[in-house]
Amino acid sequence: MHKIVRTDTLAPSMFLMEVEAPKIAEKRKAGQFIILRIDEKGERVPFTVADSDTKRGTITLIYQVVGKTTAQMSSLRAGDSLLDICGPLGQPTHIEKFGTVCCIGGGTGIAIAYPIAKSLGQAGNKVLSILGARTKELLFYENEVRAISNELLICTDDGSYGQKGLVTDMLKQLIDRGEQLKLVVAIGPVPMMKFVARMTKEYNIHTIVSLNPIMIDGSGMCGCCRVSVGGATKFVCVDGPEFDAHQVDFELLTKRLASYREKEAQAYDMYKHACKIGRG
Amino acid sequence: MDPKEKMKIPRQKMPEQKPEVRRGNFQEVPFGYPEETAMLEAKRCLQCKKPGCMKGCPVEVKIPDFIRLIAEGDHWGAIKKIKETNSLPAVCGRVCPQESQCESMCIVGKKAEPVAVGRLERFVADLERKSGKVSKPQIAPPTGKRVAVVGSGPSGLTVAGDLSRMGHKVVIFEALHKAGGVLVYGIPEFRLPKEIVQAEINFLQDIGIEVECNTVIGKADTLDELLNNGFDAVFVGTGAGAPIFMNIPGENLIGVYSANEYLTRSNLMKAYLFPEYDTPILTSKVVVVVGGGNVAMDSARTALRLGANEVHLVYRRSKEEMPARTEEAHHAEEEGVIFDLLTNPLRYIGDDKGKLVAVECQKMELGEPDQSGRRRPVPIKGSEFQLAIDTAIVAIGNGPNPLVPSTTPDLKLNRKGNIEADLRNCKTSKRGVFAGGDIVRGAATVILAMGDGKVSARSIDAYLKDPAWWDLPTPEPEPQPEKAPKATKKPE
Ligand SMILES: Cc1cc2nc3c(=O)[nH]c(=O)nc-3n(C[C@H](O)[C@H](O)[C@H](O)COP(=O)(O)OP(=O)(O)OC[C@H]3O[C@@H](n4cnc5c(N)ncnc54)[C@H](O)[C@@H]3O)c2cc1C
Ligand SMILES: Cc1cc2nc3c(=O)[nH]c(=O)nc-3n(C[C@H](O)[C@H](O)[C@H](O)COP(=O)(O)OP(=O)(O)OC[C@H]3O[C@@H](n4cnc5c(N)ncnc54)[C@H](O)[C@@H]3O)c2cc1C
Ligand code: SF4
Ligand code: SF4
Ligand code: FES
Repeated sequence: MHKIVRTDTLAPSMFLMEVEAPKIAEKRKAGQFIILRIDEKGERVPFTVADSDTKRGTITLIYQVVGKTTAQMSSLRAGDSLLDICGPLGQPTHIEKFGTVCCIGGGTGIAIAYPIAKSLGQAGNKVLSILGARTKELLFYENEVRAISNELLICTDDGSYGQKGLVTDMLKQLIDRGEQLKLVVAIGPVPMMKFVARMTKEYNIHTIVSLNPIMIDGSGMCGCCRVSVGGATKFVCVDGPEFDAHQVDFELLTKRLASYREKEAQAYDMYKHACKIGRG
Repeated sequence: MDPKEKMKIPRQKMPEQKPEVRRGNFQEVPFGYPEETAMLEAKRCLQCKKPGCMKGCPVEVKIPDFIRLIAEGDHWGAIKKIKETNSLPAVCGRVCPQESQCESMCIVGKKAEPVAVGRLERFVADLERKSGKVSKPQIAPPTGKRVAVVGSGPSGLTVAGDLSRMGHKVVIFEALHKAGGVLVYGIPEFRLPKEIVQAEINFLQDIGIEVECNTVIGKADTLDELLNNGFDAVFVGTGAGAPIFMNIPGENLIGVYSANEYLTRSNLMKAYLFPEYDTPILTSKVVVVVGGGNVAMDSARTALRLGANEVHLVYRRSKEEMPARTEEAHHAEEEGVIFDLLTNPLRYIGDDKGKLVAVECQKMELGEPDQSGRRRPVPIKGSEFQLAIDTAIVAIGNGPNPLVPSTTPDLKLNRKGNIEADLRNCKTSKRGVFAGGDIVRGAATVILAMGDGKVSARSIDAYLKDPAWWDLPTPEPEPQPEKAPKATKKPE
């Protein structure tokens, strides 16, 4: 059992959970994730470790409510517990001093990009960060990201905050003003990652994306997380989650993510219905 | 009773659920012997002076002795006798390939059907569990030594149980949230009820073994960290858990599963109870399972129970070469699994949403024998055909999980990536590290994994008592338990 010590609402449908997991807090590195199960009937779902505190023995998860499990998580409060947390899993981000790097976070991807940007900064890189969201209220972690970045660019699709535009527009600005980007880390919705990859390929800038397929065990046993990278099948949980963006088959990832759409909708509806009845 | 009379008693059938009924539920298929039947079956044993049966059992269960005790009505004596060498009889009685092990070497089997050793083993083990009076073994005084066991499959559970009895402190590390290895995530409920495995785990915890689930060694701690942080020895029993795909077009379509994924969703995550349980599994109409082993049979029979209208088993050789247990293939056929033998998939075909809609297969014929002695399947030109399906389950085998080897550079591996260990003592190339079960042998059997667990416990005990043991030459070679050849089939 893992006690939840803090919860927070970062944006509509975007939440933070700080939970006790001392061993993971100590071991985890940037880019790694955990798999949790809320209770005995729960699904095994993966989340990136957004942050950790070795003194408190806790890890921080940031998640968006998209279905049954994430909705149920958002109903938990400090003092409640999660049944299982397995981790750390996956390969840590390859961190070294590259020079100037650009970290792009879109939507939930901000939570995943943050620890990577932080580690790249600690390794002596010049970190230029870009955060993007549909609209102002969906943006979170601005201060945290600013604190670890040399420069932060913010954009929203509707122009309600920062510049109006897409993260690729911001990236273009950096390239146009002559930043010698040695590495781009792009994490967010699949379409966003796809477009960033397309652009950086043109400019021949090495780019890393973090993939989020459906998973079960997270230890290479089931093969459910398979993706195609450079024409070869890879298991994201053990070979990834980060891959060379220019090699990833994003179409396949998008399709496979939809494997259980109807069943997920059914489970979510039932959950929402049960909650309404529960509230009376 | 003289031998002649004994030989006249027919092998006793075990009552089981009717095929039409059981293909609609996940309850265990056979009900087990009632007491009278078990005692009658036990009377068939000739109590051989040189029992062939024991030679066929990798852990040398004292078969004539325990069967005699059953015939005499001393079932408690029988279970004690079995447990002298086999700590998981309720499991082995169900899943051992008896027809190619103990029962294949039974003397009675030369003239009639062999004595039902497995069913008798299961009978007494179930009796003990249901009584709730599991006797606690004698435990030696604490030695102060600590052993880490990586993986909680049959090899890990056996080594842990034995070492604990010898007075060593054991911690089992398991990657999944439940202990038991393939026994819980792979083999389905209808063949091995999970309650049986859980009872074993509870028993091990009762005798002081710690089980740390959700811990992936290689990611959490490495073997070196375990050895440097208070463990005097490590046993690696991480199994053969990495699914093998065929690398044919369309294998990443939605609807193409590895057997591991399909079975894990159903068994471990209880997807058959969705939406009461959160994990989904596809509802299928027509399913193709590729392969001919136990894993393929389990997948096919699970698909039926999950509501598929039609399940095809596509296997590239003929029925004779099928590695699955005879009983399981027979059960599958009875339940309505269609065997498409001498057939091999070439590619999977999907729609614009990336969903599987068909498989293209090719017919095969048998050619010359290959290294394994089985006749090699050769494609028949122009025999390609398509089958409309919505689910495919690839059950062609599993390789070693790389997480421990890849983080332990000084652990020697063989060409296939399995850990190299001397099966006479389970020593690996790394001091203080022992290994056994499928991670060493490649996909094998429960009882061989348990046998390795036993050998390892003895070795680890010797090493803990005197670390110089490690450098001693291995004493005279013991006969290695080889995979027994597949016995010719006898209809029940
Ligand atoms: C390595 C990795 C790191 C991730 N990190 C984060 C994170 O930091 N924050 C965050 O909000 N999300 C993260 N995700 C995605 C997160 O796991 C899913 O959003 C979550 O599983 C949804 O569960 P649900 O029951 O709420 O929704 P569901 O209704 O079950 O599913 C909604 C969608 O989520 C995806 N999904 C469903 N089940 C799984 C599963 N078992 N594993 C992965 N994806 C699934 C599917 O695309 C599905 O259509 C990560 C995924 C991976 C693989
Ligand atoms: C579907 C199926 C049906 C089968 N049917 C039969 C049958 O009828 N009869 C029979 O005799 N045999 C059968 N087998 C084979 C038998 O189950 C295996 O030979 C046996 O389980 C091997 O035992 P093991 O101890 O080596 O490891 P496993 O049972 O494979 O267990 C290994 C455990 O180690 C864990 N692990 C892996 N890596 C790590 C890590 N890095 N850190 C921590 N834990 C880790 C895994 O999660 C797993 O729980 C079947 C196998 C399958 C898959
Ligand atoms: S353990 Fe297996 S092989 Fe040995 S006697 Fe029992 S059923 Fe037969
Ligand atoms: S070989 Fe057969 S008859 Fe002889 S002791 Fe063993 S089980 Fe009994
Ligand atoms: S999640 Fe099972 S292999 Fe990656």
